[in-house]
Amino acid sequence: MRIRYFASVRECVGKSEDVLELNPALKTVADLIKHLKQSGEEYIRAFDSVSLRIAVDHSHAHLNTSIEGAKEIAFFPPMTGG
Amino acid sequence: MTATLKISIQIEPFNAGFEQELLTQGRKDIGAVVAFTGLCRSENESLKALELEHYPGMAEAQMKLLAGEAANRWDLLSITLIHCYGLINVGEPIVLVIAASKHRHNAFKAAEFMMDYLKSTAPFWKKEHRIDGSKGEWITAKDTDDAALERWSGLIS
Repeated sequence: MRIRYFASVRECVGKSEDVLELNPALKTVADLIKHLKQSGEEYIRAFDSVSLRIAVDHSHAHLNTSIEGAKEIAFFPPMTGG
Repeated sequence: MTATLKISIQIEPFNAGFEQELLTQGRKDIGAVVAFTGLCRSENESLKALELEHYPGMAEAQMKLLAGEAANRWDLLSITLIHCYGLINVGEPIVLVIAASKHRHNAFKAAEFMMDYLKSTAPFWKKEHRIDGSKGEWITAKDTDDAALERWSGLIS
């Protein structure tokens, strides 16, 4: 599973992506965040932002969204295009 | 949707006039075209440029989704959506939304709808490059952007 970070979240984590082995214990986005937060302070800071946005396989998602079978999960701040 | 659709996410600036010509070329059914261009502005001479980051793949998918939604809601004949990324200098274009229909009402509504949706659902982020060389900040989303979205959730006028 590919985990991608964009904009201020990418800067906070200090890299643009992580690759995780498939882990059946991780069922939702919330489970994944809990897991990633064990990787270090920078992850805790990045994920504790109240305005964190999530995408699962290119679709907007939320904390309860299932990640079972997902190929790519992305974390980023609210969008500011246009 | 039966409307023709062009979506482009590109590093080079676009020419809005050329894009509109492309869209209407050889068409006898189009009676109304509404085109919106978003430009990089200087913010009282403090800004030199904007750095546009995007999420390749998802950006295209979201733009396709919102164009499809617009075509479901209004009678449209053609849509062009272009978003630039990379370094965009003050005065250069960032985004282009063109909606074409038989009558003006549908084109006006659809163009505004797509622009509002694009701002809040397409994964693009802007970072400032300041004239004085100081470290620019990420631009933060405005509450008014979400408010702009909400007004489309009711019935279509």
